Amino acid sequence: MSEAYHPILPALILGLPLLGAALNGIGAFAWRENKTVPTIVGPLAVLGAFVVCLLNFAAMRAAAPHDPSLVPLWTWMRSGQLEIGVTLLFDQLSVLMTLIVTGVGGIIHVYSVGYMREDPGYSRYFSYLNLFIFFMLLLVLGANYPLMFVGWEGVGLCSYLLIGFWYENREFSDAGKKAFIVNRIGDIGFLIAMFLLFGVFGTLDMPTIFERAPTTLLAGGAVVTAITLFLFLGCVGKSAQIPLFVWLPDAMAGPTPVSALIHAATMVTAGVYLVARSGVLFALAPFTQAIVASVGVGTALFAASIAVQQYDIKKVLAYSTISQLGYMFVAVGVGAYTAGIFHLMTHAFFKALLFLGAGAVIHAMHHAWDESGDHGDPNDMRNYGGLRRLMPITAATMWIGTLAISGVFPFAGFFSKDEIIWEAGVRGYAVLWGTALIVALLTAGYMTRLMVMTFHGDNRSFAKVGGGEAGANRSGESARGRLHEVPPVMWVPLAILAALSAVGGWVQIPEVLPLPNLDLLHSWLEPVFAPAVDVASAASGAAAGGAHGEGMAHEAPLGGGEAFWAVMGTVLAILTIIVVFRRLSRRRYLPAAESSEPRGAASLLYHKWYVDELYDRLIVRPLLALWRGCWRIVDDRLIDGAVNGLGGVARVVGWTGSQLQTGRVSTYLLVFMIGVLIILGSLAF
Amino acid sequence: MSEGYLVDLALVLSAVLFAIGVGGVLLRRNAIIVFMCVELMLNAVNLSFVAFSRVHGIDGQIVVFFVISVAAAEAAVGLALILAIFRHYQSVDLELFRRLRW
Repeated sequence: MSEAYHPILPALILGLPLLGAALNGIGAFAWRENKTVPTIVGPLAVLGAFVVCLLNFAAMRAAAPHDPSLVPLWTWMRSGQLEIGVTLLFDQLSVLMTLIVTGVGGIIHVYSVGYMREDPGYSRYFSYLNLFIFFMLLLVLGANYPLMFVGWEGVGLCSYLLIGFWYENREFSDAGKKAFIVNRIGDIGFLIAMFLLFGVFGTLDMPTIFERAPTTLLAGGAVVTAITLFLFLGCVGKSAQIPLFVWLPDAMAGPTPVSALIHAATMVTAGVYLVARSGVLFALAPFTQAIVASVGVGTALFAASIAVQQYDIKKVLAYSTISQLGYMFVAVGVGAYTAGIFHLMTHAFFKALLFLGAGAVIHAMHHAWDESGDHGDPNDMRNYGGLRRLMPITAATMWIGTLAISGVFPFAGFFSKDEIIWEAGVRGYAVLWGTALIVALLTAGYMTRLMVMTFHGDNRSFAKVGGGEAGANRSGESARGRLHEVPPVMWVPLAILAALSAVGGWVQIPEVLPLPNLDLLHSWLEPVFAPAVDVASAASGAAAGGAHGEGMAHEAPLGGGEAFWAVMGTVLAILTIIVVFRRLSRRRYLPAAESSEPRGAASLLYHKWYVDELYDRLIVRPLLALWRGCWRIVDDRLIDGAVNGLGGVARVVGWTGSQLQTGRVSTYLLVFMIGVLIILGSLAF
Repeated sequence: MSEGYLVDLALVLSAVLFAIGVGGVLLRRNAIIVFMCVELMLNAVNLSFVAFSRVHGIDGQIVVFFVISVAAAEAAVGLALILAIFRHYQSVDLELFRRLRW
C-alpha cells in the first residue's frame, strides 16, 4: 500500500544543532564580545534542522509507511550477545516529535536573541541551548533504549547547565543541582528497566522488543509490570510527577526561554514520549497503567492547587506545567496514546507561549526598573498590574495562551484536553474523569488569576513616593512610560506561538462536533500505536470474553455523550474564567514588598503543601545526618583510626626497637656475641 | 709427646687467646686495645687452623694466609677509623663515641 520512505538527510537533523553547539561553545571562549556569531548560528542551526524535519515529514506523509525506518549510523558497542548501534528510528511519532522540538525550539531560539542579548554569557547560552536540541532529538530518534538514554541524560545535563546558567547566584546553581539529583532517582529506574529488558529479550532495540513482547511476555505478569514500573520511575523524574516533581518549580531559576523550551515544551514531556513509545509494554501491564494514570491525575490536581496561590509568575506556570504533564500521563495511562501526544503537542505551543509571554513581562519590568531605579522581584505578579495598556501584544498573545490552556473552544487546548477527559471517561475511569474535569476548572482559574494580576487593574510596579535613588519626589506615573512592549524579535515568536495555540488543535476534531471532521493526528500516529492498541484490546477482549473494544462505553460516567461534554467543558471553562476575572478584578493587590503572607488554607497552598519541607525533614536531613555520621564515625573514627592506629603501632614497635641502639659499641658487641653463641649452640645441639 | 696431644694443647691455647680477645673487646674502653683484642681473636683462630691442618691436611694453612692478608687490610681501615675518631674527640675512649645509633 505504501511506497518506500527513506529518511532524508537524517544525520543533518542531529548534526546541525551539534555543530551549532560546538561553534557557540568555541565562541564562548574565543570571541566573547562578538554577539553576531551566536545570533546567527544559534537559531539557524535549529531552524535548519526544522527544515530537514519538515522535508522528512512531507516525505513520510507521501509514502505513509507502515513500518518504522531505521538509519544505522555506526555500531556503538558490541560485547557478546549485546550489540548497541547508533541507529535512528524514523516513524510517525518520532518525526512528529522532531517537528515539535525543532519548531518550538527554533521559535524560542529566535526569542532568546532578544531576551539574552545583553547577557555576558550570550554565546555560552546558545551553545547549551543548541546542545539541548541535539540531545532532545537524539532522545526522540534513538532506536534503542541505551541511545535514548544518552539523549535522556544529555537533556538532563543541559537542563542542569541552563538552570544554573547564572551560576554566580548560589540559589540558582543549587536549583540546578536539585534538578540533576532528583532526576538521578528516576534514572535509576530507567537503568534497571533496561537491565530487565536485556535480561528478557537479549536486545535493547525498540522495534525488536515491541515485536517480540506480546509473545515473550505474559500479559499482566510480574516481569513486564516490573519493567514498566521502573521505566515509569524514570518518567516520574524527568516529567516532574509526584513524588519527584519538586525540582521543576526550582528550575525556574534559569532564563525564561529555557523554562519555555526545556521545562515546558520539550524535555519534561520526554516521560510521556517514553510511555507512548513503549506503549506495547505498558499495554501488557494493566497494573502499571493504573499507576501511571493515578500518578498523573494526582499530580494534575496537586500541582494545580498549588498554582492557585503562587505569586511568582514563573512558579504559577511551572506548577501549571506539572499539572498538564499529569494530564498527559492520564492519557497514556488509560491507553489513549494519541490523546497524550496530542496534548503534548498543543501544550508545547501554549505553554511555550505563556512562558515567553511571562519572559517578555519580566524583561520589560527589568528594563523599566533598571532605568527608574526602582527594584524588587521582577517575577512577582504583585508588582505587575495593568500591563495590558503598556504591553498590548504580550497581553493579547498571553490571553490566547490562557484560553488555550483553559480548554476554551476553538483554541488548541480544548481539543486535546477534551479528548483526554473523554478517553478517561469512556474507558470507565470515573474518578480520573471527574478529577480531570475539576483540574480543568482549576487551570482556568489560576491562569485567569495570573492574567488579572499581570495585565489588568492598576499598575503596581513603581513606588508612589520615593522608591528609587532618583525618585525621591517622583510619582509612579512618570516612570510608567519606561515600561513598554518588547522588541519585534521577541513579540513575533509570541505571535507565531499564539497562532499555533489558536489553531493547533484543529488537526484532530471530534466527529461528534458539527464541524468539518478532521482526523489528521489519529490517522498519522495509527501505525505507531496500532500494536499497543491491539495488545490492549486483546487483553480486555480476553478478560471480557467479548470482541474488540466491547468494554468501551459511549457515555461519560455521569451520562451524556461526547458532544455534550465537549460543550460542557468549554462552557465550564468560560464560566470559571468570567467568575474568577470578575472577583479578582475587584480585589486590590499590594506590591510584593508591602503585602503580607497569606493565612489559613491559602498559606498551605502558598507554601506548596510544605512538600519541600517534608522532603527536607524526611529525606534530605536524615540522609545528611547519616552521611555526617559516616563522616564523623566511619571516616574520622574507623578509617582514619585504622590508618593512624597502624602508624601508632609502627611507632611503638620502632621506639621499642630503637632502645636497643644505645650507641655504645660494647653493647653492640655483647649482643653480637650472644647472637653468635646462640647460633653456635643451636648448631652444636 | 704425641701429635694429638700437641694439637689439643694448641686448641686450648687458641680458645684461651680467643676468650681473652672477646673479653678485651667487650670490657675495655680504649679503642686501640679493643682493636688489638680483635687481632688477638683473629690470630687465635689462625692458631686453631694451623693446628687442625696437622690432622686434616694443608687447607687450614692456606686459609691462614688469607686471614692474615685480610687482617692486614682490616688493620689499615680500622686504624684509619681510630685516627679519625681521635681527631674528632681528642680521645680514643669508646664511651665518648656514642653516636652510632638512631
